[in-house]
Amino acid sequence: MFYREAGDFKTTYKDDNQTFPIKFDRYRYYFVLFVAFALIPFMLNDYWVNAIFMPFLIYSIAAIGLNILVGYCGQVSLGTGGFMAVGAYACYKFMTGIDIWLGGVQYALPPINIFFSVILAGLVTAIVGALFGLPSLRIKGFYLAVATLAAQFFLVWLFNKWEWAYNFSASGQINAPERGIFGVNVTGPNVDAWAKYLFCLVILTICAVVARNLTRGSVGRKWMAIRDMDIAAEIIGVNPLKAKLSAFAVSSFFIGISGALFFSVYLGAVEVGEAFGINKSFLVLFMVIIGGLGSIFGSFAGAAFLVLLPVLLKNVLVGGLGWPTDLAAHLEFLIVGALIIAFLIAEPHGLAQLWRVAKEKLRLWPFPH
Amino acid sequence: MSDQLVYAMEVFLNGLMAGVLYALVALGFVLIYKASGIFNYAQGVMALFAALTLVGIMDGQVPFAHLINAMFGTELHHFGWHLPAVVAILGTAAVMVLLSWMVQKFVFRHLVGQEPIILFMATIGLAYFLEGFGDIMWGSDIKKLDVGLPQGINAWIDNVTFNIFDYGFFIDNLDIVATVIAAILVFSLVLFSQYTKQGRAMRAVADDHQAALSVGINLNFIWVMVWSLAGFVALVAGIMWGTKSGVQFSLSLIALKALPVLMLGGFTSIPGAIVGGLIIGVGEKLFEFAIGPMVGGATENWFAYVLALIFLVFRPQGLFGEKIIERV
Repeated sequence: MFYREAGDFKTTYKDDNQTFPIKFDRYRYYFVLFVAFALIPFMLNDYWVNAIFMPFLIYSIAAIGLNILVGYCGQVSLGTGGFMAVGAYACYKFMTGIDIWLGGVQYALPPINIFFSVILAGLVTAIVGALFGLPSLRIKGFYLAVATLAAQFFLVWLFNKWEWAYNFSASGQINAPERGIFGVNVTGPNVDAWAKYLFCLVILTICAVVARNLTRGSVGRKWMAIRDMDIAAEIIGVNPLKAKLSAFAVSSFFIGISGALFFSVYLGAVEVGEAFGINKSFLVLFMVIIGGLGSIFGSFAGAAFLVLLPVLLKNVLVGGLGWPTDLAAHLEFLIVGALIIAFLIAEPHGLAQLWRVAKEKLRLWPFPH
Repeated sequence: MSDQLVYAMEVFLNGLMAGVLYALVALGFVLIYKASGIFNYAQGVMALFAALTLVGIMDGQVPFAHLINAMFGTELHHFGWHLPAVVAILGTAAVMVLLSWMVQKFVFRHLVGQEPIILFMATIGLAYFLEGFGDIMWGSDIKKLDVGLPQGINAWIDNVTFNIFDYGFFIDNLDIVATVIAAILVFSLVLFSQYTKQGRAMRAVADDHQAALSVGINLNFIWVMVWSLAGFVALVAGIMWGTKSGVQFSLSLIALKALPVLMLGGFTSIPGAIVGGLIIGVGEKLFEFAIGPMVGGATENWFAYVLALIFLVFRPQGLFGEKIIERV
């Protein structure tokens, strides 16, 4: 009744090419933006921000990044944790000021504003990601998935051993100093809940808009051609080198940004093996699969699902039934595993597909015949 | 002979032994991948689960004791028996067969015809499930596993090498036993797949599912059998690693050690798993010995992957893998 393209006449190419051509979709999008920017910041408290919104926003960025690589370009990567670590450490270095000794001369860079630190961290990660993406030109499928684990283990090891990366701190941890934007703190110990939230939300929105438009454009079509069959894509004139490496770079850019936010805004202090281990790689991959491969909306849905599920389970089992926490943690593993399997059996294309089916139903409703 | 060279030789030998253990895990992967095209990430957790079950049966633990205690406020812990190792191993093998059957019935039967990546994800889900299940069933504390395998330094090798080099090599008895068992296991697997009816059926399924189905091979049975075999291999690997370092969560991480072995050897080749395991085992030990101290050590975590990665760039199907032919 509401959701249909009939009667929605486009008179210019600009109208026809817009991101959400259907009116209902467009209004829903504006509505979500309105709620996220204008309503939620006034209703937040620390618990909600730290337990739900921060992880959701940050993992959404990571999931969008990984979805570009796995869902759009078809290159399975298990190196997400390692790339997030690159983002976190790069952000830390930019935040605290970089000094490099070259031939006995010190080149020092002053600390950079947190927003630009995060973006620069993304760029650094993009370079690293493209570097680790090089083997994808020769290696395909599972071999590539396993090969990306090399990035995961090597990078985590590197940030454990490379003292310059954590400014020679004795504990090997990195701690986010107090930094702000427009005079409002967003990192460090004294941060208002809404400031954290808005900072991450702005970056997420930018990332999502960029990702959505990249995947709609010629770059995204090239990625999808490579995904569907790389040899055929090569024959019709897609350069696999450019397509694959750009997918790795763009994907790592987003993942690096999420890693930077994860460290600086969300956790504040990070130990690399603990925060960016192999489990993180799997977690983000789960989000992408459960949300739906090749869908930006799916990345959000998957991140929301896997952030909310443990919180819910914990509240029910520990808070509701009073079971010991270790038992609840094990049960959580069991349930998450079972749910993933159930999901794959019921809907291998993820939550995004459910949404698509729902929209199809909505188009015909209330007269399905 | 210089000291360094003698040390390097010892490291080399130990690397070979470690490689055998890696190969043992990789073997389980290869079996399942060959027969069903599923890349079974849960292999490592299966080894952990098998070892947990073995210890549980031997010590007579009450399964799910922790859960039952939490739900009903009881104080259950042990049945109060100690079973001999052989009985417990047989019992565990039975549990693994049951597990294989359930995995086939409840998971992979419903996923026939899905893309490989979906199947792979399902095995990661399975790994999570089994990990939680194993912990709930048997508890998550570190357990000691002793099925009567010899352990400690091998005195004979120590003596012989001392007479030759003036320096006794430290070779663990357990590693030697593991090598022998792995050799027997591989040999019998090869015999099984070459000369028995079921083994041939298994190879037929590996070649082409539909062709195998059309000549009357029961696919479901073969898959359950292959998963059981992989479960059995996991049990052996679990016993070896469990005896070596205790039965604990980190046991499941040996799957991550087996992945580069697989890449190097090729996903579809049993000899490849063995040779790959040996190369990785020796390579990472020697690298840690020679280069490790210069870069701060602990290179074993990633060296195997980087080695496999570099190797694959030159030979994308691995050492013994089937040649990848791509058609449009």
